[in-house]
Amino acid sequence: MKVDTKQKKFGMAIDLDKCTGCGSCMVACMSENNVPFKKDETNKLDSITWIKVYKVTNDKKYPDTDLCYIPRPCMHCDGQHGHAPCVSVCPAVATDNDKSTGVVSQIYTRCFGCRYCMAACPYHARYFNWWDPVWPEGMEKYLSPNVSPRMRGVVEKCSFCFHRYQLAMDKAYVEGRRELREDEYQTSCTQACPAGAITFGDLNNPKHTVHKMVQPDNKHHGKPKNPKAFRLLERLGTNAKVYYLSDRKWVRKLGDNQTPNEESSKKH
Amino acid sequence: MSTIDDKATEVPEDAAGESAETVPPEQEKEEVAEKKEINKGLVIFVFIAAFVASLIVGWILFPMVLYTQENQPIDFNHALHLEEVENSCESCHFFREDGSYAGVPKLAQCVDCHDEVMGDDPDELAFVENYVQKNIEVPWLIYSQQSDCVFFSHAAHVKAAKMDCVSCHGDIGESTSLKVYEKNIITGISRDIWGKNIGGIKLHSWDRMKMNDCAKCHKEETGNQGACFQCHK
Ligand code: HEC
Ligand code: HEC
Ligand code: HEC
Ligand code: HEC
Ligand code: HEC
Repeated sequence: MKVDTKQKKFGMAIDLDKCTGCGSCMVACMSENNVPFKKDETNKLDSITWIKVYKVTNDKKYPDTDLCYIPRPCMHCDGQHGHAPCVSVCPAVATDNDKSTGVVSQIYTRCFGCRYCMAACPYHARYFNWWDPVWPEGMEKYLSPNVSPRMRGVVEKCSFCFHRYQLAMDKAYVEGRRELREDEYQTSCTQACPAGAITFGDLNNPKHTVHKMVQPDNKHHGKPKNPKAFRLLERLGTNAKVYYLSDRKWVRKLGDNQTPNEESSKKH
Repeated sequence: MSTIDDKATEVPEDAAGESAETVPPEQEKEEVAEKKEINKGLVIFVFIAAFVASLIVGWILFPMVLYTQENQPIDFNHALHLEEVENSCESCHFFREDGSYAGVPKLAQCVDCHDEVMGDDPDELAFVENYVQKNIEVPWLIYSQQSDCVFFSHAAHVKAAKMDCVSCHGDIGESTSLKVYEKNIITGISRDIWGKNIGGIKLHSWDRMKMNDCAKCHKEETGNQGACFQCHK
């Protein structure tokens, strides 16, 4: 049996100049992925948001004041040697970096809740289930059967809606194909964004928009060749698969957590 | 020459030396030896008896307690129906256009023929009276049902890899009646997943469908066990 081994590297580019901070991506994500919620979500230490929109400002007084919203899914890091920070600390192989798709998986039934991965993740992209999910009356019937629900005591995070890839592949197999078209596998947040700020696709495929937008340099751990593109905390070497784009210099500098006096050239 | 050997003999010698201090006179020593012999025999006997007992408990009684037996709501005769339908298995088990697998058939696929009782089979009577006429779906028990966290793709195996149903499901497709469904009382999962043979011996490729069974075939067929997210969701 010969199986196509062409490696894919699914990734995302988020145009921060388009993002309005409306939060549609967060809503779409929660309903797509059976993310549990509580009546009172004010305590952000125990609420779960696979993608979360952060608000940052340039700290300047009027009229120079400016702000920016940064949606943050899981970055699906490749690391320097093919390991995300969370993957290398997991004692149970509950999280793994799939080399054939570039998606960092989380197997809830394997996880025993030590939360090392949460400590290791520099993006706070991982969340712990302190309780079993409690759905409002009747809502269990509306849960998606394509994403397994989580239980108390395990960590969960964004999966790049990988179930959509599985289902799209099923359709492809039935139609006698082995390759997906770009639009066949898109994450829920990508499709929900009313501003079209999120672009999703295969970073290894030069025909995909996301590749054209960021022009990742695979020889240098995927650093973007597009000068307007950047990754969060690039200097940590997480080699993330989520890129951001902005025309605004302060946003790009902030993305790498640079101190005001630090030269942006330093990071190269 | 060998320090290891020396050490090995050293230890018992030491032990013997220590006990030598408390050794009783010659005669008593023999008695003790005899007693020891009896004790030894007893110990071995008890050991074997307990061993056999635990084997019986572990291999026969425990599985009996661990699994409850449930009958399907009605019996179904595959062999009989295969002669009636036009499209073999696909008449009832087909792929939807979106690539998903319809799996166990819904009532809609039966009513064309079964809107009325055709013969005098009690199962057909029960089927028509209790389900067709009341328009209730039959709550079939699914032998091969995996747990929630597993993603399985019939399209990949049946369409892409051109595998036949028998290699994973056995002869259900040609059977004349449905077998008893056995459910694990702890996990609620069908016994077909973990297999009948508690010793782990697999005579047929469909005897068991645990993670390792999937992975073993993937390794053989595709050269790669697959990533976690291939089979999990
Ligand atoms: C007339 C409709 C019909 C046809 C044709 C048919 N089946 Fe079925 N099949 C059923 C029904 C109804 C069940 C539900 C029983 C059950 O839950 O096991 C079933 C169950 C099964 C199951 C068990 C699934 C599970 O894990 O419980 C297998 C395997 C299966 N069929 C294979 C086949 C094969 C192979 C063929 C073709 C040779 C075939 N069937 C043709 C109606 C049909
Ligand atoms: C192509 C027509 C056809 C279809 C479709 C069909 N059946 Fe039947 N079925 C028959 C015939 C013919 C008999 C034999 C009746 C007799 O003489 O007793 C039968 C017998 C039966 C019986 C009694 C014998 C047995 O299997 O134990 C049951 C129960 C039954 N069918 C269930 C179903 C179910 C459930 C479905 C839908 C998945 C279904 N049938 C679909 C034609 C059909
Ligand atoms: C590679 C092994 C494999 C092959 C080949 C295979 N199946 Fe299955 N089948 C499974 C597994 C595993 C499940 C359980 C899926 C799940 O729980 O999500 C299943 C489930 C089913 C079910 C029950 C689905 C449901 O939930 O309603 C039916 C019916 C079935 N298979 C029929 C077939 C038929 C007919 C064929 C041949 C065309 C076939 N299978 C080929 C492994 C296989
Ligand atoms: C007897 C062999 C065999 C068994 C058993 C088997 N598989 Fe497979 N599976 C294959 C083959 C061969 C392929 C590759 C199909 C192709 O792409 O041509 C495959 C592909 C897949 C795919 C699709 C991968 C992709 O990239 O789209 C999934 C998902 C899968 N298997 C899940 C399972 C699960 C879950 C089980 C156990 C319940 C299982 N398989 C048992 C042979 C097997
Ligand atoms: C080839 C398909 C396949 C792959 C690849 C796979 N699994 Fe599984 N896994 C299964 C199936 C099928 C089951 C359910 C049957 C069982 O319990 O063995 C399962 C069960 C499990 C369970 C037990 C869940 C439960 O509810 O009992 C855990 C934990 C698990 N897998 C973790 C992993 C991890 C971690 C990886 C990646 C390193 C992985 N699996 C890769 C098919 C797969």
